[in-house]
Amino acid sequence: MNLKSKVLLVFLLLWLGLFNSDCIASVASAPNSQQVLHVIDRLSFGPRPGDVERVESIGIERYIQEQLSPDSIPYPADLTNQLNSLETIKLTSEQLLAEYSPPRGMGGQKPSKEEIKACRLRSRIVLAQAVQARLRQNIESPRQLQEVMTDFWYNHFNVYAGKGADRLLVGAYEAEAIRPYALGHFRALLEATAKHPAMLFYLDNWQNTAPGSPGAHGKFQGLNENYAREVMELHTLGVNNGYTQQDVITLARIFTGWTFHRLGQQMTDDTGFYFDPNRHDFSDKVFLGQKIKGSGIEEGEQALDILARSPATARHISYELAQHFVADEPPPDLVEHLTQKFLVTDGDIREVLNTLFHSPEFADPKYYSAKFKTPYQYVVSAIRATGIEVNNFRPVYGMLQQLGMPLYGCLTPDGYKDTQDAWLNPAAMTLRLSFATALADDRLHLNQPDQATIATSTSFTTALASNRQLPFGTMESPQIDNLSHQPVDPLQLASTLGNQFSPETQRAIAESPPQLQAALMLGSPEFMHY
Amino acid sequence: MNRRKFLQQVGIASTSAIALIGTHGWAARGTSLNSLNSGSNPKRLVVIFLRGAVDGLNVVVPHGDTAYYEARPKIAIPRPSENSGALDLDGHFGLHPALASLMPLWQQGSLAFVDACGSPNPTRSHFEAQDYMESGTPGVESTPDGWMNRLLATLPNHTPVQAVNFGDTTPRILSGRMSVASFPLGHNSASPLPLDKPQVGTAFDRLYSGNDALSLAYQEGRKARKTLLTDLDAEMQAANNGAPLPIGFASDAQKLAQLMVKDPSIDLAFLALGGWDTHVNQGSSQGQLAGRLKALGDGLATLAQGLGPVYRDTAIVVMSEFGRTVHENGDGGTDHGHGNAMWILGGSIKGGKIYGEWPGLANNQLYQGRDLAISTDFRDVIISLLECHLQLDDAKLHRVFPDYNPSQKVSLV
Repeated sequence: MNLKSKVLLVFLLLWLGLFNSDCIASVASAPNSQQVLHVIDRLSFGPRPGDVERVESIGIERYIQEQLSPDSIPYPADLTNQLNSLETIKLTSEQLLAEYSPPRGMGGQKPSKEEIKACRLRSRIVLAQAVQARLRQNIESPRQLQEVMTDFWYNHFNVYAGKGADRLLVGAYEAEAIRPYALGHFRALLEATAKHPAMLFYLDNWQNTAPGSPGAHGKFQGLNENYAREVMELHTLGVNNGYTQQDVITLARIFTGWTFHRLGQQMTDDTGFYFDPNRHDFSDKVFLGQKIKGSGIEEGEQALDILARSPATARHISYELAQHFVADEPPPDLVEHLTQKFLVTDGDIREVLNTLFHSPEFADPKYYSAKFKTPYQYVVSAIRATGIEVNNFRPVYGMLQQLGMPLYGCLTPDGYKDTQDAWLNPAAMTLRLSFATALADDRLHLNQPDQATIATSTSFTTALASNRQLPFGTMESPQIDNLSHQPVDPLQLASTLGNQFSPETQRAIAESPPQLQAALMLGSPEFMHY
Repeated sequence: MNRRKFLQQVGIASTSAIALIGTHGWAARGTSLNSLNSGSNPKRLVVIFLRGAVDGLNVVVPHGDTAYYEARPKIAIPRPSENSGALDLDGHFGLHPALASLMPLWQQGSLAFVDACGSPNPTRSHFEAQDYMESGTPGVESTPDGWMNRLLATLPNHTPVQAVNFGDTTPRILSGRMSVASFPLGHNSASPLPLDKPQVGTAFDRLYSGNDALSLAYQEGRKARKTLLTDLDAEMQAANNGAPLPIGFASDAQKLAQLMVKDPSIDLAFLALGGWDTHVNQGSSQGQLAGRLKALGDGLATLAQGLGPVYRDTAIVVMSEFGRTVHENGDGGTDHGHGNAMWILGGSIKGGKIYGEWPGLANNQLYQGRDLAISTDFRDVIISLLECHLQLDDAKLHRVFPDYNPSQKVSLV
C-alpha cells in the first residue's frame, strides 16, 4: 500500500467514523469553528488553505479589524510582480484610448480594413489583462474584504465591457474609480464613478449637451437622460424613491458638458474627466425641490451631494449591503440600523460595515450559510479552496460566461443580482458540478501557462470574444490529454473548508470513489452556500 | 385633408378586430369545452422578450403620419416609396427594412402586430417595467412568481421540459413554484460535460437525492440534460455533415425549433434578447438598431421554418418593456418612452394585420407630451392567446393574471 492509498483509507475511516458518531460538532470543530468559517466566508471569497487555522488562532475580532484596514495587511511581493507583468493595467484611460482605439487614418486617408482589424486584435489584450488582474487579486490578495467590496461596488456601479470604448476602459475604471474607494466614503466613490470616462461613455453622458449651447453641433445636439436616470434609480436613491421625470430631465441638464478628454482637448482631471462649458446649460435649476444656481461643474457636484446624503440613498445602499452580507431578504431592523449609521457617518462605508459585522443579525447562526453563492463567488471560492496557483485564466472566464456571469459582461447598468432566486436553476447545477469535477481532477489545467496565450498574446481574448466556449475541452479524452495533472487532495480540501459537512454530505462522499471525493466537496450544498 | 381622412379610416379599419366586452368578459363567456379535456393539446407558446425597450416606432413604422417624420429628422425610416424605405404593410404602417425576412410571413398571414401596447404602470425604469411585465401584475411589487410559471401550473401532464428557458438564468417570467428546464445558449450547449459520465453522475445523484431546492434543481437539470442530448443528437450529426449553423440568435432559434419538433412535451418556451436600449446613434434603415433587427428577423424566420408543421400549433410573442420617445434625442437616439408594438407569429394567427387602436403622434395625442400612448394592455393580448390558442378557461386565466379583467378582446386567433 503506497502512501496515497493509506491517506485515502484514513480519510474514508474518518468520514465513516464521523457519520456514525452523533457528536459531529465536537469532533469536527473547535468551539467556535462554525463562527470562524462564517466570518471568513462573508468577509472573503472563501477560505484558502490555512485561513481557518489562522483565524482560529488570531481570533475573529482581529481578523475583522485587519480586513477593515486593508493597508495594515502586507501585500505579497509575488502578487505585486504578477500584476506588474500586465503592462496595460498601469495605463490611464487617456493612454488606453490613445494607444488602442481604432485608427483614424493619416492625412485624410481612411485606415484600411486590415489596419482596423490589426488594431482590434492588438487591443484585445487590454480586456484580457483586466480580467486577469481582477481574478488574480480576488483569488490571491490577502486583503480579501477590499476585493469583495471592489466586486460589490463594481456591480453596483456596473459598466459593460461590450459597449464600444468601454472594452478598453473597464480595468482602468475599476482601478481608478472603484478599488481605491471600496472602503471609503460613498460620496467620493459616487463622484469617482460619475466622472470616469468608462461611466460617461457607458451611460452616454459624454454626449449630453444643452440644446442651443455654443457647443451643440455634430454629435452633441441635445439632452441625454440616460445617466441622470440611472444614477438616481440604481446608484443612489433607488427606483421611485422620491424623484419625478422632471427631476430626471433637470439632472440631465445639470450634467450637460460632463464628458471626457479626447484628442486635442484640455484635461481637468487625471482620469480623463473634462467639463465642457460650451455644452453646459447654465440656467438656474430646481432639483429634488432644492435650488441649484447655474454655475457650471459645481451644479453636478451639488447634485451628487444631495443624492449621496439622501436618506433614500442610505437605505438603498444599506439594503444592498445587508442583502450581500446577511440574507437575500435582509432583516429590516438591520437595514434600519445600517441606514442610521450611514447617515451619521456621512456614508463612511468602513463604519457601516463595522456595524454590520458586529450586528446581532450577522452573528445569528440562523443566517450562517444562508446565502447561495453567485456563479462568480462559486468559481472564485472553489479555486481558492484548492490552493491552485492559476496561470491560465481562460477556462475560468469561460466558466463564468457559461454560468451567465461573465466578468465585466453584465450588459445592463443594474448589475448582476445577488440572490438565490436569480442563480439557482437546473442548468446552473449541471454546470457547477461539472466545473467542480474538472477542477478537482485538475482537468482545467489552471496551473499550466496557457501555451496559446504565450504564443500569440491574443488567443485568450479570442476566447473572451467568442461565443461561450465550454472550458471542458480535454476532459472527456484523458488519453489525448498529455498534460500532467495533479488532482486535489480531498483530505487537505476538507481541512481547508473546516470539515463542516452535513451527515448526508459526509455519507455521499464516503460512498464515492476516492478520485471523486474532492469534486463532491466542491460540489456539495455546503460549498454552494456562504 | 383627404389624405388625413383616408388615414383615419385605415386607422379605424385596423382596430375593427377589437371588440369591447366589458369588465367581466370572462364570466360572460362560456367555459371552453376543449380545455376540460386538453391533455393532448398540441398548442405551444413561445415568448421572446426584447430587454432594453426596442424602438417600436422604427419597427412598425407609421409612415402615414407626418408627425413621425417631423419628430425624427435623423432616424426616421423613409417612406416605402423612397430609398431604403419601410416595407409597406397596410398603407399606413410599414416594417423596418432590416426585417425583410419576415415579409413572407406577413404576406402568408401568419404575422400580426398589436400596436400601442404596454403596461398601464407609468414607470420608465427598464428593470421595474420588465419586472411588472414578467410578473404580469403591473404596480404590484410583491408578486412572487412570473405569469408563465403560473401558466405552466394550469397546464396538464407536467414533464421536466414542459416549459423551457433558453439562457443561463431563470428569468422572472418563469420563476415560481413549477420547475422549468433551462437550456444554455450557444453552439456548444450539447458538448460533453463531466457530469454526463456515469460514475460522476451517480456520485452526485447520491449527494442531491433530497427534496431541498438544490436537489430539485439538480434532478431537473439531469433530466433536461438527457432530453437535450437526445433531441439534439440528430442536429449535431447534421452539423457534422458540413451544414453550417447560423450564428447568433438564428442559431438559438434553430435549436429551439429542433427541440420543439423533437419533443412534443415542450409547451412553453422563453428567450430574452438584449441590446435594444438605443440612447445614442441608433441609425435609421441602417445602423445599430437595424443590425439587431436583422438578426432578430432572420432568427424568427428560421424559427418559423424550423418548426415546420409544428408552426401551425405555435404562437410566438415578441414583446419589450416599453417603447421609446417619439422625438429623437440630441444624440441620434431615443430615450425611455411608453407604448410599443407587440409582434405575434404563428400558423393559426390571423395575421397580415395590425391590431390595436392607433393613438396618433400629434403632440396632444402623446402620453405626457412625449411618448406613444397605450391603447391596449399587454395582458389583453396575452390573454387572447391563452384563451383562443392554449384554450384556457376563465378560472385558469384568472390564475395566470389574478385580479385582472381584460378591457378588450384582441381576436388574434
